[in-house]
Amino acid sequence: MFAHALNAYLQVQVPGVAERRITDIFKPMGTPGYAEREAALFTIGVTAVIFVVVAGLIVYTVWRFRRRPSDDSAQEPPQVYGSNQIEAAWTIIPILIVFVLIGVSARVIAGVENASPPPKALKVRLIGHQWWWEVQYPDYGIVTANEIHVPATPDGQRATYLELTSVDVIHSFWIPELAGKTDLIPNRVNYAWIDPRVPGVYVGNCAEYCGTQHAQMLLRVIADTPENFKTWTEQQQRPAENDPQVSDARNVFGSLACVNCHDIRGTPSVGKFGPDLTHLMSRRTLAAGVLVNDTKNLRAWVDDPQKAKPGCLMPSMKLNDQQLEQVVSYLQSLK
Amino acid sequence: MASIDYPLEHPKAEALTPEFSFSESLYKWVATVDHKRLGLMYVVSALVFLVIAGIMASVIRMQLAFPLNHVVGPDTFNRLFTMHGTTMVFLVGMPMVAGFSVYLIPLMIGTRDMAFPRLNAFGFWIFLLGGCLLYFSYIGGGGLSGDGSAPDVGWFAYAPLTEKAFSRGAATDYWALGVLLSGVGSIVTALNVIATTFCMRCPGMTLSRMPMFVWVMLIDAWLVLVALPPLSAAQIMLELDRHLGANFFDTQAGGSAVLWQHLFWIFGHPEVYILIFPAFAILSEVIPVFSRKPLFGRPAMVGAVTAIGFISLGVWAHHMFAIGMTSWSNTFFAASSMLVGVPTGIKIFNWTATMYGGKLRMQTPLLFCIAFLLQFLVAGLTGIMLAVAPFDWQLHDSYFVVAHFHFTLVGGLVFGLFAGMYYWFPKVSGKMLDEKLGKWHFWLFCIGFNMTFLTLHFAGFLGMPRRIYTYYPGRGWDAINLIASLGVIPQAAGILCFVWNIIRSSLRGIPAGDDPWDAWTLEWATTSPPPEYNFEKLPVVRSSRPLWDLKHPQDPDWKYE
Ligand code: HEC
Ligand SMILES: [Cu+2]
Ligand SMILES: [Cu+2]
Repeated sequence: MFAHALNAYLQVQVPGVAERRITDIFKPMGTPGYAEREAALFTIGVTAVIFVVVAGLIVYTVWRFRRRPSDDSAQEPPQVYGSNQIEAAWTIIPILIVFVLIGVSARVIAGVENASPPPKALKVRLIGHQWWWEVQYPDYGIVTANEIHVPATPDGQRATYLELTSVDVIHSFWIPELAGKTDLIPNRVNYAWIDPRVPGVYVGNCAEYCGTQHAQMLLRVIADTPENFKTWTEQQQRPAENDPQVSDARNVFGSLACVNCHDIRGTPSVGKFGPDLTHLMSRRTLAAGVLVNDTKNLRAWVDDPQKAKPGCLMPSMKLNDQQLEQVVSYLQSLK
Repeated sequence: MASIDYPLEHPKAEALTPEFSFSESLYKWVATVDHKRLGLMYVVSALVFLVIAGIMASVIRMQLAFPLNHVVGPDTFNRLFTMHGTTMVFLVGMPMVAGFSVYLIPLMIGTRDMAFPRLNAFGFWIFLLGGCLLYFSYIGGGGLSGDGSAPDVGWFAYAPLTEKAFSRGAATDYWALGVLLSGVGSIVTALNVIATTFCMRCPGMTLSRMPMFVWVMLIDAWLVLVALPPLSAAQIMLELDRHLGANFFDTQAGGSAVLWQHLFWIFGHPEVYILIFPAFAILSEVIPVFSRKPLFGRPAMVGAVTAIGFISLGVWAHHMFAIGMTSWSNTFFAASSMLVGVPTGIKIFNWTATMYGGKLRMQTPLLFCIAFLLQFLVAGLTGIMLAVAPFDWQLHDSYFVVAHFHFTLVGGLVFGLFAGMYYWFPKVSGKMLDEKLGKWHFWLFCIGFNMTFLTLHFAGFLGMPRRIYTYYPGRGWDAINLIASLGVIPQAAGILCFVWNIIRSSLRGIPAGDDPWDAWTLEWATTSPPPEYNFEKLPVVRSSRPLWDLKHPQDPDWKYE
């Protein structure tokens, strides 16, 4: 319903830069966000008019009827008790305004919530964990974390439909430029959809308080061109890189407790408690968007995750320097 | 026709009061069942908690002043906002409701005490016990495992974060039990208020002649009685979950996280009206007296509070627009939430109309009322924005919501309470508060408040979620947060002026006399402070402004009502 209007609106928007970090809800890049903006602007318009009228009346009254030093203080002003006509007027007019707003809300609610997926829609399952996001693509057999790759869809035909749930407490999915919030609730599956019109990286935070590191639970939606998205899926579907140059390092990794918590497909490391590391190096960030994924940060993270993200559920593994070196070089081979 | 049954002049009450030693007077306070002493103790303990929670808020704002700031760590921060919110709602707002009610209602309806004086004392002490229990968590919250301290689950304590698996130690238990106990206090006080207003009104005071303050607090008491038990029940269920293996909210064992939200907000939304009603009640007394006109549209005002009371019981799920309800449910709750704006608007219009054509005495109590009107207008309109469910999908749990409810609870309730304190302090203490300090208090607090909370609306527009202990630079939030944090300084300075004003004026303020504001309700017909028995002879009234009738025998109200 809002797709056409959005197309017209996007004509005059600057296309997305590499990473859009100012997440302004009034600059949407997808249909749900755009529909919500329409409702928002209309509401703001109506309430602004009400504000100007009523605040103006209050200020005028105070100014006009303030007691001046010249006033005869013994003289009381005329005692007015009320007026039924006036009461009726300021009851009925607000009711009419409210009905208009209800109509607008109902229309947008239905437009966003009851939209049915187009045939080419992509399906993604997003699972909340205490302080990171698991991302599954059931149709592709891909599992990754904290960064959702989706195709950008200039015409909105390749929207992404998300199934949302959680393994522990409540989290909330919110990418301000693409769509408002939908909660990830344990024991329950919720749905949301996004259709980024322009390639780019869209940032969002977990929006429901979920414990110690709620603040550092960022989520990125990376909207690729269709070609890049295809390359990405093909690369993600492969099992882990088996680089002979790091076979020693791989053995060190395999001997550590890392394997109990992390899955690296095609290796004996099959833990499910932490993020899947099979293609770790294909991610831009570490630990739910807290660190840029480079050598220095990766080493610092493996050395002591509690420094970058105090309270997070990966313990400090107390590796010695040599182990640390080898584990990091192995992780860096996971292209 | 009018017979004056109660004199405006009294013999000096001091002459009758003997001197007490310290331990005697301490005993008198602890063992008292006098509604005035209890009311005062409620308000003073609420003020103490207000200062504590205000200091917590200042630390929160210090931490958020700059991106990646290091004043406190995540765990401390999470405890701070949990304790700040819980304290402000349950240990500041609720005792203020109770304190103003039990102090003023018997005086205003011309009687000697509450219907159940002992229950009144029980209500106060159980509330204080609940508050102390909550704060004891800083010491005892570690439980046997030593894991944890004060609660860190947020003031609405969403399941399953509160379950044993995610909240070890005893902190959450202190939260649940402390709030449960203080809730018992609120419930018994509500019962007491209802019984008092129904049974104890002085001769001639029909319901339609009851002061507006009493009307609003009566409806408030009903709302407490209906809304609080679901919360108490939910807290008991939570304790059953945590200690006796029930699985109401334990999602790991098949419980429901959404059930907690329903139970909490069935209480939680009416609660915001429970908290704002005292401000409505105070404005309805202060504005007429300082405008020198009767309240415009009294019947409409009573109708409006009653309507708000009823509608507010059917809007709770507007706190849950993001949990994935059907489009029909979302539409229903959007509609009911917007409807609540209609009676609220009626109240604002009527207060303004009361001032219209009056002679406004621009003294501190009225200044706070005027700021209330403008700020509460903003709060109401941002409330409409939040009620538009699609807009709420963006705004929910963002700093916009934080700004919105601080506009209702600080810009509304706290400003209203200040108006009330400046208005009734002379009655309670017999001394006037200093006008000059009062004006300083008003302007500093008003400017600081708007610096902090007007700006925070925009952080929400830029995608800043609430309850984050830190944030990264470059997201457009830095300047907003810095201004918001700087706003703490004038607010704190304003509060200092207020505290200093109270101390100084109680010691050597100008004597107030019985009726310093030339007011119209019965509390001004007795001495300041009122004697233990309130009235030597119970008054008889013939209109809603008995003292007006007395002062204007040629033109009494009862001719028109
Ligand atoms: C107790 C389980 C556990 C163990 C053992 C563990 N991790 Fe982790 N790991 C986690 C969790 C949980 C996270 C997610 C932390 C977060 O973002 O809050 C994580 C995150 C990571 C990440 C970042 C992944 C991403 O995409 O952001 C890397 C890399 C990592 N771990 C490597 C290791 C290595 C190497 C070891 C062994 C030395 C190890 N982990 C041991 C639980 C574990
Ligand atoms: Cu979170
Ligand atoms: Cu509400």
